[in-house]
Amino acid sequence: MTVSGDAGGAPARASFWNDPRVRAAVFQILVLGGIILFGVYIVNNTLVNMESRGISSGFDFMTRTAGFDIGMTLIGYDEASSYGRAFVVSLLNTLLVSAIGIAFATLLGFLIGIARLSSNWLISKLAEVYIEIIRNIPLLLQIFFWYFAVLRVLPSPRRSFELADAFFLNLRGLFVPRPVFEAGFAAIPIGFLVGLVAVALVARWARRRREATGEQFPTVYVSIGILAGLPLLAGAATGFPLSWDYPVLKGFNFQGGMTLIPELVALVIALSVYTASFIAEVVRSGIQAVSRGQTEAAHSLGLRPGPALRLVIVPQALRVIIPPLTNQYLNLTKNSSLAAAIAYPDLVLVFAGTALMQTGQAVEIIAITMAVYLTISLSISAAMNLYNRKMALVER
Amino acid sequence: MTDAAPAFERAPDLPPPASTVGVVGWMRQNLFSTWYNTALTVLALWLIWEAVPPVVAWAFVDADWTGSTRDACAREGACWVFIKEWFGQFVYGRYPIDERWRVNLGAAILVVCAATLFFPRFPWKAWVSVFLLFGYPVVAFFLFSGDVMGLIWVETPLWGGLFLTLVLAIVGCVFALPIGIVLALGRRSRMPGVRAVCVAFIELWRGVPLITVLFMASVMFPLFVPEGLTFDKLLRALIGIMLFQAAYLAEVIRGGLQAIPRGQYEGAQALGLNYWKAMVLVILPQALKLVIPGIVNSFIALLKDTTLVLIIGLLDFLGMIQAAGTNPDWLGFAVEGYVFAGFVFWVLCFGISRYSLHLERKLHTGH
Repeated sequence: MTVSGDAGGAPARASFWNDPRVRAAVFQILVLGGIILFGVYIVNNTLVNMESRGISSGFDFMTRTAGFDIGMTLIGYDEASSYGRAFVVSLLNTLLVSAIGIAFATLLGFLIGIARLSSNWLISKLAEVYIEIIRNIPLLLQIFFWYFAVLRVLPSPRRSFELADAFFLNLRGLFVPRPVFEAGFAAIPIGFLVGLVAVALVARWARRRREATGEQFPTVYVSIGILAGLPLLAGAATGFPLSWDYPVLKGFNFQGGMTLIPELVALVIALSVYTASFIAEVVRSGIQAVSRGQTEAAHSLGLRPGPALRLVIVPQALRVIIPPLTNQYLNLTKNSSLAAAIAYPDLVLVFAGTALMQTGQAVEIIAITMAVYLTISLSISAAMNLYNRKMALVER
Repeated sequence: MTDAAPAFERAPDLPPPASTVGVVGWMRQNLFSTWYNTALTVLALWLIWEAVPPVVAWAFVDADWTGSTRDACAREGACWVFIKEWFGQFVYGRYPIDERWRVNLGAAILVVCAATLFFPRFPWKAWVSVFLLFGYPVVAFFLFSGDVMGLIWVETPLWGGLFLTLVLAIVGCVFALPIGIVLALGRRSRMPGVRAVCVAFIELWRGVPLITVLFMASVMFPLFVPEGLTFDKLLRALIGIMLFQAAYLAEVIRGGLQAIPRGQYEGAQALGLNYWKAMVLVILPQALKLVIPGIVNSFIALLKDTTLVLIIGLLDFLGMIQAAGTNPDWLGFAVEGYVFAGFVFWVLCFGISRYSLHLERKLHTGH
């Protein structure tokens, strides 16, 4: 490792110990050997410790009865369910809060990022103030603020804030109407799927025709028409078999509808407000990365502002925006683990918290929890690497 | 040709129209250039009008500043008496009141030593840096925990508040830096074994949330050490934070290593330097200089993330504020606590990030 180059082929061959390849091999064997020895030492200690504390090992506990309840479940779960079931329930809760958070953060982040670039001085300054304040305050503090200082002091159900007699916000959470799917509803999603296939076919046909003849076809508007029209047609044919179950105040609480527990609401607000400030910066730098010459060149080629934006500016800005944007999505997913601090039943609280306390099997449970987050991270970064390879500029 | 008097005297330029210069011109250009810009301006003014006066009224005009009990807070606005009464605890945690001078002294030594580094002409910079890196941690440790030279023993569960937050962030970052450098070099090594180990380590810690690392530190580390040996919660949390931060720093430093032109590596080799000499004398000084802003940014991220230690039961700054808010004598002042905590964190993080921007400009020498 001291010198590189063709040591092997040189006439004055270095002595055995000065051969870089030998040195590299010895060094690596030492490093790997050291790590393996350290690992064996730790595993050995752990086994001895677990035996002396009477902690069982293995993954049998996943099929045993958990015996605790979970405050919010997306799939059926009760106290008689197994730890495995509790794991799935809590994982779904984590994914739910991440998905909602990502949707809102993207919306808010793009809005603020574009506002930051606005030619209107006041709007641009407001966006800057938002970004600089929000991203310099710890996320956990923001979660506490929304949960303890805002949502915990809301009025009781009888004096809820309401919107259009359908949405109610109070101490117990956010009450929203629940869609009720009646027989025949399947026609609408089927219509949408058929629409997707049709759009793909139309886009292919339009591209071929453009490449062959140069004629333009308004693919975007036609696609929107197909995607909106087919489900509407299907709905009209079956008489819109969808109704809403509205929350209604009965006694001390609301009945019917869907309840979003305050923990979920606080977490979604805090995560999306916090992440939006980072996404806004990503969007701003992405748009600024496309030089002004690109816009001018597009105009001088005769593209009107609309097509210039769609065909020249946005694709180049997206190339810069998407990798760090994905990174922010990953951060949001990992940050959703702060749910444990306000007792939203996510993976960390339910599985690495309650289940760990009950079974005492720290090694297995922490390993599973870390493996879940690691799988999410690694699969998203693998997808990102593929994307980058595909989008990388090929220079001379 | 020139001796003929010009037939026409050039009239002086007219001043530009009043609507394109000065305040009016600026407003026309930046606030009311088009009809939708005007609409946006009106919207923004309305937002400011809705938000700012109530906040100012709450925080300053209607606030209570004097007194020492919650009865002093009778007015509409904020109750800053709460912050005033708990201020000592917010800063020092449950550190004994008579011993707080030790924390102050430790902080003062750090600030004075660090301040000398900001004077470009200060002659003994190298010695001060060596002391800060190797001597100061030892001095600070014995000063804070005591049990030597007549200082009484202050066990780490009593450490808390802003003091603990800064200890966690600074120690976590400083000790993670050398590990991060080694990992970054390992990741760019030509030896597949070493590279694989470093990549696995970095991706493992970067792929999981800090809170699972802290959980691991608090429940798994005790199982890793031989029976009978225990080490305290703060140390466990610090080790977790250090490993986590090292992985992030490694990626930052790798960016710097990649930005050094190939010629620098080849030049060092041509001078006959071996690997470590080439790295320490040629590559790292340049690479680290390039990534100082990146390191500062990851320090800011760590400073914000240290608040998570309250989930494993350490009373850091936010933890103390949370605890004070649940004190039966002072219920109902959570908002004041959060606003104060937010303000302190904001001043720290914003200040450091501005300094990092300044540093970036100052250090930008190009190749």
